[in-house]
Amino acid sequence: MSEAVELDPAEAKMWITVTINGSKGTYLVDQRLTLADFIRKQVGLPGTHLGCEHGSCGACTIIMGDKAVRSCLLLAAQADRESIETVESLAEDGVLSPLQEAFHANHALQCGYCTSGFLMSLVARLREGPIESEAQAREALSGNICRCTGYTGMVAALMSLPTPNGQSGGAQ
Amino acid sequence: MTQLSEVRDLEKTANLGTGMLRREDQRLLTGGGQFLDDLPFGDFYEAAILRSNYAHARILSIDTEAAKSLNGVIAVFTASELGPILKDLPPKVTNPKLNYQVRLPIVKEYARYIGEPVAVVVAENRYIAEDALELIEVEYEPLESVGSTAQALKEGAPPVHIGSETNVAVHLIQQAGDPEAALKSSPHVLRETLHVARGGGHSIEARAVAARFDGPTQQLIVWDNTQAPHYVRQMLATIYGVSEDEIRLIAPADIGGGFGPKAQFYGEEVLIPWIAMELNHPVKWIEDRWENFISATMERTQTHHVEVGFDDDGRLLVLKDVFEHDQGAYCVGLKVPTITMSTLPGPYVIPNIHSELISCYTNIVPTSSLRGAGRPQAVVAMERMMDRIAEHLGLEPAEVRRRNLIQPDQFPYAVGLTFRDGSPLTYDSGNYPALLDGVLERIDLAEFRAEQIEARKSGKFLGLGLAMFVEGTGIGPYEGARVRLTNTGRVMVSLAASPQGQGYETVYAQVAADAIGCDIDLVSVRHGDTSFIPYGQGTFASRITSTAGPAVWQASTQVKVDIIDVAASMLKIDSGELVIRGDRVEVGDDPEKGVSLAEIASIANVGRHGMSVARNQPVAIERTSYFKPSQAAYSSGISAIIVSVDVETGKIEILRSILGHDCGTVLNPLLVEGQVLGGHAHGIGNAIYEEAKYSKDGQPLTVSYLDYALPTAMEVPTPELFHVVSPSPLNPLGVKGSGEGGTVPLPASVANAVEDALRPFGARIREIPLTPDRVLAAIYGFQRDET
Repeated sequence: MSEAVELDPAEAKMWITVTINGSKGTYLVDQRLTLADFIRKQVGLPGTHLGCEHGSCGACTIIMGDKAVRSCLLLAAQADRESIETVESLAEDGVLSPLQEAFHANHALQCGYCTSGFLMSLVARLREGPIESEAQAREALSGNICRCTGYTGMVAALMSLPTPNGQSGGAQ
Repeated sequence: MTQLSEVRDLEKTANLGTGMLRREDQRLLTGGGQFLDDLPFGDFYEAAILRSNYAHARILSIDTEAAKSLNGVIAVFTASELGPILKDLPPKVTNPKLNYQVRLPIVKEYARYIGEPVAVVVAENRYIAEDALELIEVEYEPLESVGSTAQALKEGAPPVHIGSETNVAVHLIQQAGDPEAALKSSPHVLRETLHVARGGGHSIEARAVAARFDGPTQQLIVWDNTQAPHYVRQMLATIYGVSEDEIRLIAPADIGGGFGPKAQFYGEEVLIPWIAMELNHPVKWIEDRWENFISATMERTQTHHVEVGFDDDGRLLVLKDVFEHDQGAYCVGLKVPTITMSTLPGPYVIPNIHSELISCYTNIVPTSSLRGAGRPQAVVAMERMMDRIAEHLGLEPAEVRRRNLIQPDQFPYAVGLTFRDGSPLTYDSGNYPALLDGVLERIDLAEFRAEQIEARKSGKFLGLGLAMFVEGTGIGPYEGARVRLTNTGRVMVSLAASPQGQGYETVYAQVAADAIGCDIDLVSVRHGDTSFIPYGQGTFASRITSTAGPAVWQASTQVKVDIIDVAASMLKIDSGELVIRGDRVEVGDDPEKGVSLAEIASIANVGRHGMSVARNQPVAIERTSYFKPSQAAYSSGISAIIVSVDVETGKIEILRSILGHDCGTVLNPLLVEGQVLGGHAHGIGNAIYEEAKYSKDGQPLTVSYLDYALPTAMEVPTPELFHVVSPSPLNPLGVKGSGEGGTVPLPASVANAVEDALRPFGARIREIPLTPDRVLAAIYGFQRDET
């Protein structure tokens, strides 16, 4: 991409190939386009939200590869040849995943704006292993900010997930 | 019309009183929310706003030529291009004594806070618009500025508004009894100065406005994530000089938190729609977090000089409070400080009261209501002094409170002051001793005091803090609801107010279904669009349950009467024999005989073109009801906090948090608890973590979440909740507000707990939030440099 550096930043574009929620596509993107704006506006998946645009609130969290990342702090260019999962991937044909269902059953969301980021952070965390205590639940939640719920419903939702004898992934 | 019924016994209702799970969740959990910037607007231009980077300056010139010539920039607007809309944005609540200063949508000559709009760039996208902001050359003449109430009120302080002799915005006094005489004759008088710092709303979705002029209908359509769509429409109609029907204001179905700042009216809301009309092209503006920090209204800054007089038993004889309130650069409204004035006495019998407000202008972004709205500060003033009385007399703080509480048989209780709604401060109902008892059932005081003494031996400092409050909610003037039977036999409830996560689509379906007696699955709720219902006020001041709730109930009850009367006409049977079951109206003792709601809609609403209708048969089953409360309904509550304070680091650990809450009848306990829990988290933030700091001359020092600490799941404990139910006699549902009660007592109860923990040090807590440096200063007597 070195030849593009000379261009007006508003004009500089590049091609990226990215797999989003299982479907692979090639996109011409502005080099300075953030990954969040790319997902929301160019791909058309607005469920990923922007809360602070400086990596603190976690509303824009998605999974890239095997990591939960802040899509506001990355450029679309950095997602080239990566695989991305967003909140839109969690339910199948409108049927909520166990984690989403637990959020619903425990009133773990109010305005719902931060919810996508919490869900994606937790999906990544649950892939690493089950959440077995309130302390673990709080730690898993602590990278994101919610202003409505006081986190009580989210802690309850995590504690309600099945953790079959140390097997991970009960909530995915 | 038949007499409207009241809900007093939730045992007999099918839906009300149950913790029904939310209808809103499915779309929000799957990324299908309809937040403003998620809507498929298509080809809208995007705006970015240049903001003053001086707290006080005169603008000498603005050169926008370079910005205008940037590729992709459509237009740049400054005050000189916006003459027709350079009109005052008036305060929401005012007073004849206000030292009134005009607030314009955009700076014309003087910028009075960092963040005030100076220019608007419209471009093909936000990236280009922000590029262009950097190309605008503004020549400022910096002026002296003030960054705190203390600075603003100093002798010879520079004026926030040049030409005004004083920075005082308003000076008001309310009195009951003869406070001066009572202070002279009281056996004991204690005095203290208490300060509460600024904090923000911090809805995770910031503000946003989009607008399009619709040529074919000649209507301006504005999307605005406001808490008060009809209020914004009215303001725009007034400023643009058009009729309200020429503007359709839509608060999107989903709004990412409100908490007060989104209930205010801002320059951006005037600028963006006007610019869309000027350009004859749709435009949107999405506030980013940095803008939100410096341009969305905030709250809380108050300094209270409080005195209490009491007898040997700790019975209150007099309360005198003189407090300074930070209005910011302009008066967006006087609601917050006037609420403070009348929240001071709380649940106590106080024969003599002096409540005095000195509100002043500063060179900081204006203040307005924020979850709690002036109440947390009042509760700090009152409840901190209740603890001081207990300390002075060697009594348990709980006991001093118990001796002073208004008793359940004293309602309605006239305090002797006036509330912010203009009506006398008269508590409608409550049971304050039950709130205190609820805490004492959960904390064994003797056991705790023993544990506290024991813990000190090992260098562990435990403290217990209580705070009680009475909170005016459900204020006027009115709120509206329209209920229709649709062509498909469904019931459509349209609300004027827009929700920000409160669950209106769920709880108002419960209200309508129970009022009508139909299957709740037949009821839909929509909201926030001025085309749904002509008038409304909005979501603020914990008012919707006790204003829109009764409006939905009344309109639905009327719709039920209409439905049955149409069915009676169709079935040629007396209406008294008919009942609504599921989606049908049936003869009570002959369920085979009946008509469906869809058939009723077909007869009554669709009708037969040109044909006459039977004399007693209603047509057009659609009822709009506006409920007008006679005065505020007073919720109440208590917070009890047990902390452990680390005297080496100043860290506060909350070991237990108990919250007792009384908001009258509880329509949906899940949603009410959600409100209280969320408010509690906000209160924890205000008590310990959140502080918007400014330099002495008004430079904001906390403009990211790295500087401004919002509590996470690690900081907010799960409180133990209990409810006391004192139904309000002021509305047919018996309800009161619950949106703010969780926040209101926390700064006071946490401060009381910390001071209790630090009593061996004689520490005095005078400033909130209780950041570690403040706690250490209180223990070791450091001087802090407070601006």
